[in-house]
Amino acid sequence: MTLEIVGLSVLWIFLFGYLIIGSIDFGAGFFNAYNTLTRRDHILTNIIERYLSPVWEVTNVFLVFFFVGIIGFFPKTAFYYGTTLLVPASIAIILLAIRGSYYAFAMYGSYGHKGYTFMYGLSGLFIPASLSIVLTISEGGFISMVNDHPVLDYWKLFTSPLTWSIVVLSIAALLYISAVFLTWYANKAGDQSATELLRKYSLIWALPTIITAGGIIFELRGHNPEHYARILDLWWVFGISFLMFVGTVWLILKRKNYGLAFGLLTGQFALAFFGYGISHYPYLLYPYLTIYDSFTNEAMAIALIVAFIAGLGLLLPSLYLLLRLFLFNKDYVRGNKDNHA
Amino acid sequence: MGNEEAVFFSRVLTELTLSFHIIYATIGVGIPLMIMIAQWVGIKKNDEHYILLARRWARGFVITVAVGVVTGTAIGLQLSLLWPNFMELAGNVIALPLFMETFAFFFEAIFLGIYLYTWDRFENQKKHLLLLIPVAVGASFSAVFITIVNAFMNAPQGFDLVDGELININPLLAMFNPAMPTKVAHVVVTAYMTAAFVLASIAAYRLLRGSNHVYHKKALFLTMKLGLIFSIATAIIGDFSGKYLAEYQPEKLAAAEWHFETEENASLVMYGVLDDGEVKYAIKIPYALSILAHGDPFSEVKGLDQVPDDEEPPLYIHYLFDMMVTIGMWLAFLSAVYVFAVWRKWSIVQTKWFRWLLVASGPLAVLAIEFGWWLAEVGRQPWILRKIMRVEDAATTSGQVDLMLVLFAGLYLILGVGSVVILRRMFKKNPVEQEIEDRRKEKGGDFV
Repeated sequence: MTLEIVGLSVLWIFLFGYLIIGSIDFGAGFFNAYNTLTRRDHILTNIIERYLSPVWEVTNVFLVFFFVGIIGFFPKTAFYYGTTLLVPASIAIILLAIRGSYYAFAMYGSYGHKGYTFMYGLSGLFIPASLSIVLTISEGGFISMVNDHPVLDYWKLFTSPLTWSIVVLSIAALLYISAVFLTWYANKAGDQSATELLRKYSLIWALPTIITAGGIIFELRGHNPEHYARILDLWWVFGISFLMFVGTVWLILKRKNYGLAFGLLTGQFALAFFGYGISHYPYLLYPYLTIYDSFTNEAMAIALIVAFIAGLGLLLPSLYLLLRLFLFNKDYVRGNKDNHA
Repeated sequence: MGNEEAVFFSRVLTELTLSFHIIYATIGVGIPLMIMIAQWVGIKKNDEHYILLARRWARGFVITVAVGVVTGTAIGLQLSLLWPNFMELAGNVIALPLFMETFAFFFEAIFLGIYLYTWDRFENQKKHLLLLIPVAVGASFSAVFITIVNAFMNAPQGFDLVDGELININPLLAMFNPAMPTKVAHVVVTAYMTAAFVLASIAAYRLLRGSNHVYHKKALFLTMKLGLIFSIATAIIGDFSGKYLAEYQPEKLAAAEWHFETEENASLVMYGVLDDGEVKYAIKIPYALSILAHGDPFSEVKGLDQVPDDEEPPLYIHYLFDMMVTIGMWLAFLSAVYVFAVWRKWSIVQTKWFRWLLVASGPLAVLAIEFGWWLAEVGRQPWILRKIMRVEDAATTSGQVDLMLVLFAGLYLILGVGSVVILRRMFKKNPVEQEIEDRRKEKGGDFV
């Protein structure tokens, strides 16, 4: 295994972490807003707030970690992606800022202004959409070099069916992931009505998720045949991922073992995400940038990996403590103890 | 949009983001330490007032942290979005501290979440205090690592530049550059100092506005003592920073001091205005600049005459320098008078006008932070990487920077107004008298 692959794997794992916990966060905000709008907020609000409050800041770090890490391991990405992504990334930052600060404002300041709740919910859907544009661009065909500088062709980007499929997938998947997780969490809290409502959402969002995911593979055949061929080579990864998807849906349908259902869902997305990542190899930006020509020098790569391992030594026990105290603490989950400052 | 405009707007947007971010970041670095100290004093003295102090500070802290986190995310991404050529080059050498900063931030975020949501969960308050240590350490270390990145931009080293290629890279040497010790120490200590004065302002304001509760008096005395300690430390480190500049970055010191000619026995220029290259109305302290620069009144200090014209920093940084130092000295003096007066039981501390001076100390400290950063950053012009890359070669070629500037300005306006409104409402709705009363009912009597 070369240092390039180690570096990329580290980053991909963190991006996957962001995908899961970010989805839970964004989806929770959306469900909360939707229920406020339909005057059913009393069912979900407590569950959602109890989960989100201690972890919202941690969610953000996963994203920061990824973009700092990718510049560290692959400094040339700053040149290509930094120049072209000014507008979509800035929009994502602004939405994240409104969301993150609003959450703290609402939790500690004053409860529930409806307009804000609504904005909070909607902004959560736009963030993954604006971030997932990076995935579309990485497939190539949207950036051209003018006077040695990369320029993004917005018209082509926004008229491409691939762009919109990826946007739809990101939204459907986040709602699906979030609903399945919250079903499990609400069930642990012994909150029957919230569990039932979230279970319904899980089932509703399962189908669009799997359809768009399949559709994107199909679209790649025309857009980037090289990538498509590599995906076919890895058909079994996506096959197992699909079986896990079936397992999750079956468990939720039968109201059985929500914990296992969420585990299978994580496995499904992990396999699909890593399958996609591996099939993208070796390109970071097709066809301009491969992981080899953008990789940092060896000394820095080793230093970063050492820092990463040392950091994990610190983080994993802390994360475990966080989960122990909040996610797996019966008293806390059931709301018997709130105890916030 | 031409490249010149893209450079201009990129600079304005970066300055706007950082100027806004550092207000919250500085508070975010300093306050956890203050909370920790209050909690510790409360446990040691077995005085519930200090524990309550820690708790109320923590509650307000959440709001400032939220704004600090989201604007920090903004500047983190903007570095690559607005200065892609810089990040492409510097990323090779300086990625390590950037990466470590996210770890410190991660560490802080985890324990802050735990700390905030475990009040009353532990029988033993000491356990709860233990949770604050990683929060305070994480907060301070993010400042340390990110300041290392900035220090590198002022004193790049740890690589060889051969025909535009970076070779022989040594990440540790890049981190431990000559600018690093003074910069890191100055940033961390001034953050503590600012946090202390900001909290003192609040306590003084409550005392002025009719609440004569002993809680506020304790808060004021504690924070002013801390403010005194940290402002003295700031002055000492500031002196080291001057010596660093004289040695490694003489053009910044010369521009900040309007020191045009290289000479021995150099005098320090304070205040004054610059009129057609002539300094007017200034106070000149003989030998002081030589002392500041080299610790020797007769030593030679390099002037701007030794700097090529196109590498000269803007001369207005002199005003920033003056204001920063004046505020720093004033706050050290004010806190010394206060602490001494309380100790000698002078009645001056009870007077209205004196309390208004204390109220002003927090905002002044924040202003000094802004002036200091502008001085440090503008004083490095025209370089983004001193002697290696000029600012105009680092900026993006994108044509939409002006639009983004407008969007972000709107965002900061919302965040700034929002955080102030929320903080005011939070503490107005639940004044300390009310909370003490509530706690007494809950706990049954052992509360004063």
